[in-house]
Amino acid sequence: MEGRSAGDVIFKIALTGAALSVPTLLGFLVFELWAGSRLAIAKYGLGFVTGTTWDPVAEDFGALPLIFGTLVSASIALAIAVPLSLGVAIYLTEFSPKWLRQPVAFLIELLAAIPSVVYGLWGIFVLVPVLKSTVFPFLRDTLGFLPFFQGPIYGNSMLAAGIILAIMVMPYIMSVSREVLNAVPASQREAAMGLGATRWEAAWTAVVPYARSGIIGAVILGLGRALGETMAVTMLIGNRNEIAASLFAPGYTMAAVIANEFSEATTDMHFAALTYVALVLFAVTVLVNAMARLLIWRVGRGKPSGGQGA
Amino acid sequence: MTEASGSGPAIEARGFSFWYGPRQALFGIDLAVARRTVTAIIGPSGCGKSTFLRSINRMNDLVPGARYQGSIGVEGMAALDRGTDMVTLRRRVGMVFQRPNPFPKSIFDNVAYGAKLNALVSKRELPDLVEQCLRQAALWDEVKDRLAQPATGLSGGQQQRLCIARALGNRPDVLLMDEPCSALDPIATQRIEELIFELKRQYTIVIVTHNMQQAARVSDMTAFFEAGRLVEFGVTTQIFTAPKETRTEAYITGRFG
Repeated sequence: MEGRSAGDVIFKIALTGAALSVPTLLGFLVFELWAGSRLAIAKYGLGFVTGTTWDPVAEDFGALPLIFGTLVSASIALAIAVPLSLGVAIYLTEFSPKWLRQPVAFLIELLAAIPSVVYGLWGIFVLVPVLKSTVFPFLRDTLGFLPFFQGPIYGNSMLAAGIILAIMVMPYIMSVSREVLNAVPASQREAAMGLGATRWEAAWTAVVPYARSGIIGAVILGLGRALGETMAVTMLIGNRNEIAASLFAPGYTMAAVIANEFSEATTDMHFAALTYVALVLFAVTVLVNAMARLLIWRVGRGKPSGGQGA
Repeated sequence: MTEASGSGPAIEARGFSFWYGPRQALFGIDLAVARRTVTAIIGPSGCGKSTFLRSINRMNDLVPGARYQGSIGVEGMAALDRGTDMVTLRRRVGMVFQRPNPFPKSIFDNVAYGAKLNALVSKRELPDLVEQCLRQAALWDEVKDRLAQPATGLSGGQQQRLCIARALGNRPDVLLMDEPCSALDPIATQRIEELIFELKRQYTIVIVTHNMQQAARVSDMTAFFEAGRLVEFGVTTQIFTAPKETRTEAYITGRFG
């Protein structure tokens, strides 16, 4: 008995250590970011997030266009990827023939394994030319009355980055939603169809609502990816530090500016400003995640979903 | 409530056979269920009683590899015809399942689901319909103050009565119950049985049950299935006191099954 209890103690200590290592690591990370950006924090304070110039030569730094670019490109990505991945997930769980399910799901999940620099290259050589020659002019001709689809077309743009991000986050949202939809008990489908629902109505009024909080979780996962994605965005967004209403205009994101300038940051202030950007990116990610979680909590409050239904 | 009022049986199966892939589950069932009666289907596990029940509203169409022959008429509809509108059929034939399966929505939305889906009443009339159905399901007094709360917070027995109320929301002619009490405790079971007794004044009810005392208590007619065949069908008291078939007698006296 003695030996077993000693084993328990060791086991417990080891696991506690493993569990504590994550928050500790996070603490160090935040501390390092804070320490590295102290110089910039002292000079700009919170005004950093509302400043709009980014001039390493004059050492004048503001991150608003970067924050804007990060949030807008991620929003475009979700606006495209969420309906698409949810549609695929619903099709695969509710409608498709059985033999088609695994292959399609596998192919989509394979998209997640492609390195982001490859997405960037594909974007430069295939996606952007097509967008520039066909899609963007079409959008300008049909939806040109909206401020989002006006102005000169360069190719590299906020919209191009949003589209590549959409393709990159789709596998995550799709595969998690598919798992969640698959986990909805058959009794829910039977209940709906027994009441005269068509397959489509059963999917939309019974299966999807049952899986709602899990689907929101899938979207949050995708959002987290979209906010932090660096390489492909850097290659396609145009890297211009401005806030433009038009999605055809180039933009910049927090992750992209760090990737582009970190190796060339020669002055202490430039380095500190970039680290400050990283800190802001971290804060924005935490904030967006917290808001999304609050949303789940509000939506799901008192409505247990997943498991407790029966 | 019931639109159908013609004479003749509410449900009539003729030569109905059913296959799961290569395996035949039902063999030439002929069975007629009179309107506004309770018919119990009993028999050992795997005898095909649930398969038969789920064929009446074609829930078995969802099972891959299922096929069938023969005919089932439900209130004048040829239920098995290709051209039969499944939505109409399933609206007129309500179903209550083994385990309570309320939607994770509010109590109100659960009961209103069918009426909303099939646009049976206007939005203004929905609260009246919901109250009426909950009263019929003997649940109104327990939930009237918390209609907006999630149905999943109710007890198992209440959930099952809610599922009955939900089925009534479609204003069906027929109610099919697939072992509705198998997941419930004795007190909740008793309430469902009392409810069945009340409901047969307006609805034709077919109930599959493992519990022979239950069949004896609630039903007017009893059908005994064994190995995919209808062995005996008759008035419940006769089936339980003077069965004509020796196999029926063996089953109800507990010598097998």
